[in-house]
Amino acid sequence: MATAPARPTPGSAGEGMSEEAFEAVFDAAVAADERIEPRDWMPEAYRATLVRQIAQHAHSEIIGMQPEANWITRAPSLRRKAILMAKVQDEAGHGLYLYGAAETLGTSRDELLDKLHSGRQKYSSIFNYPTLTWADVGAIGWLVDGAAITNQVPLCRCSYGPYARAMVRVCKEESFHQRQGYESLLALSRGTAAQHEMAQDAVNRWWWPSLMMFGPPDDESAHSAQSMEWKIKRFSNDELRQRFVDICVPQAESLGLSLPDPDLRWNEERQHWDFGEIDWSEFKEILKGNGPCNDQRITQRRRAHENGAWVREAAEAYARKHSPGTPHTGTGQTPEHPAPPTGTGDRNGTRKATA
Amino acid sequence: MTAAAHTAALALGDDALVLSHRLGEWAGHAPVLEEEVALANIALDLLGQARVLLSMAGDEDELAYLREERAFRNLQLVEQPNGDFAHTLARQLYFSTYQHLLYGQLATGDSVFAPLAGKAVHETAYHRDHAEQWTRRLGDGTEESHRRMQRAATALWQFTGEMFQPVEGVPADWQQLERSWQQSVTEVLTSATLEVPEGPRTGAWKAGAGRQGLHTESFGRMLAEMQHLHRSHPGARW
Repeated sequence: MATAPARPTPGSAGEGMSEEAFEAVFDAAVAADERIEPRDWMPEAYRATLVRQIAQHAHSEIIGMQPEANWITRAPSLRRKAILMAKVQDEAGHGLYLYGAAETLGTSRDELLDKLHSGRQKYSSIFNYPTLTWADVGAIGWLVDGAAITNQVPLCRCSYGPYARAMVRVCKEESFHQRQGYESLLALSRGTAAQHEMAQDAVNRWWWPSLMMFGPPDDESAHSAQSMEWKIKRFSNDELRQRFVDICVPQAESLGLSLPDPDLRWNEERQHWDFGEIDWSEFKEILKGNGPCNDQRITQRRRAHENGAWVREAAEAYARKHSPGTPHTGTGQTPEHPAPPTGTGDRNGTRKATA
Repeated sequence: MTAAAHTAALALGDDALVLSHRLGEWAGHAPVLEEEVALANIALDLLGQARVLLSMAGDEDELAYLREERAFRNLQLVEQPNGDFAHTLARQLYFSTYQHLLYGQLATGDSVFAPLAGKAVHETAYHRDHAEQWTRRLGDGTEESHRRMQRAATALWQFTGEMFQPVEGVPADWQQLERSWQQSVTEVLTSATLEVPEGPRTGAWKAGAGRQGLHTESFGRMLAEMQHLHRSHPGARW
C-alpha cells in the first residue's frame, strides 16, 4: 500500500490535466480514505500544512530530549537509568523518522533545523517547563507521553502516507514510554513519604500543561477545520482532551495520586469527566516565548548544532574525498554513517529487560 | 565466586558503568541526530554489560551508588571528561578496541565471563567500527577536524598503558592483547592521516591508577552527580 499508481501525476499520465482536475482526483482520494503519497499531486496548502505539522512534531522530539536527558546522569537506579536512556534515544529516532517524512515533501532537515534555531518554527510548548525532580521523569512519561499518544494514534490514519507510517512506529514506542512513566510514578507513590510527595508534586505541576498540549479550544483553533477536511486531523482538540482526561482520572486513582483540579467530577449525563477551566493565558505567554525554559531549550539546541558544525563539515569533506564519483548533496547528513540500531525492539545483547 | 573473579567483575563492570555514564552526558548535545542515536546506543550496551558484571559481584545498585571513589576499579581512560567530539571518539577508539579484543579472548575461554563476553563481543564490534570510522572521518576530513582529532588522540594516549595491566581473575593473554591493540590502533590512526602519539602510555605517578582505586580529579565530581539522588533517600526503592 505504499504507492497509489492509479492516480495521475503531473508530467506523466496526468499531462495536459488542469489544476482543477488534479484537485478533483486529490479530493476524491482523500474522501475515499486513500493515502496521498509523495509523488501524487497535492494542493500547495496541504503540503505546507503537513510540513508545518511534521516539522513541529520533529522539533518537539529533539527539544523534548532535553528535559529528560537532564536526569540521565542522576537516575537513582541502573534499571531506571537504562530505561531513561532508551527513551531519550527513541526520541532522537522519532526525530529522524519525522524529518525523513518531511523530506518526502521536498523540505530538507537542514532547512527545518534552521527554522527551529531561528524561531520561525515551533516545538510543543510543554518542553518549556523544567524537570525539577526525578518524579518529573515519571510524570512526563505518564502525562506528556500519554497526551502525545492520544494525539498521535489518530495520525496513524492521517491521509499523508509517509507521516501515517512514521506514526505507527512512533506510537508503539510512545506507548512503552507511557507505561514506564506510570510504573515509575507507581513505585514513587508506594515508596517512602518523601518519594510519594515528590510524585504528587510532579503531577501537580504537569497536569495542566498536559491538558494544554491538545491546543486551544475548538472555536479558537486556527488550523483545525481545514486539517479535519484533509484528514490530516481526525478528531478535534476538545474531543481528544476529553478522551485524555477520561483515561487519566481512573489511572490517577490507581496510582494513589490526586489530580490538581477541584472541579473534576463524573458527569453521568455526558458519560465523561467534567474538568475545570484551563488557564490559557499561561499557554499564550509560553507560546510567545515567556515560559520558564524557552531560552534555555533553544540555546542548548543551537549550541549543540554550532559546536557540531566542524564534525558535520569533516564528514562531508571525508565523503567528498573518498567517493569522488558521487555528487554530494550537502544536506548536513553524513551518508555513510554506520546505521545504528534504533528503537527498543532489538536490545537483546547483554541488556537486562528494563520494563 | 572466587575473590579474584569478584575483583575482575568489578574492574570490567566499572569500566562499562563509567564510560556509559560519560556517553550519557552527550544526550541532547550531539553534533548530528544520527550520533544522538549512536552514542546512546553504545551507552546502553555498556550499561547492560555493567549490570551483568556488577550483579556477579553483588547488588548492582549498592555497588554503583554506595561505593566511595577509591573503591571503583575502572580505568582512568573511561572516566576522562567528554571534551569535544574528537576527545570522545578518541576515548571510544582506544577503549572499544581494547574491549573488543579482550571480550574476543574471553568469549572463547571457559571462565565465568565467557557467556557475557560471547554476547558483548558483538556489541563491542559495532562500537569499534563506529569509532574507527569517525577517527578516519575526523582525521582525514577538514584541517580543523584533523587538528582536533590529533590533539585528542595525543591527550588520551597517557591513559592507554593501564589497559594492559593484568587484572587478577581475568584469564586473558595480556601481551597478545597489547600487541593486537597497538597494531590495530596504529593502523587506524595512520589511515586517518594522524600521527601515532609518541609519549609514554602511562603516567609518571608511581602510586598507581584506576585499577588500584586511584582516579583523576573529574571522577569524584562525576560520582557526586551520579550518586546524589540515590544516597539522598537511603533504603528507598525506585
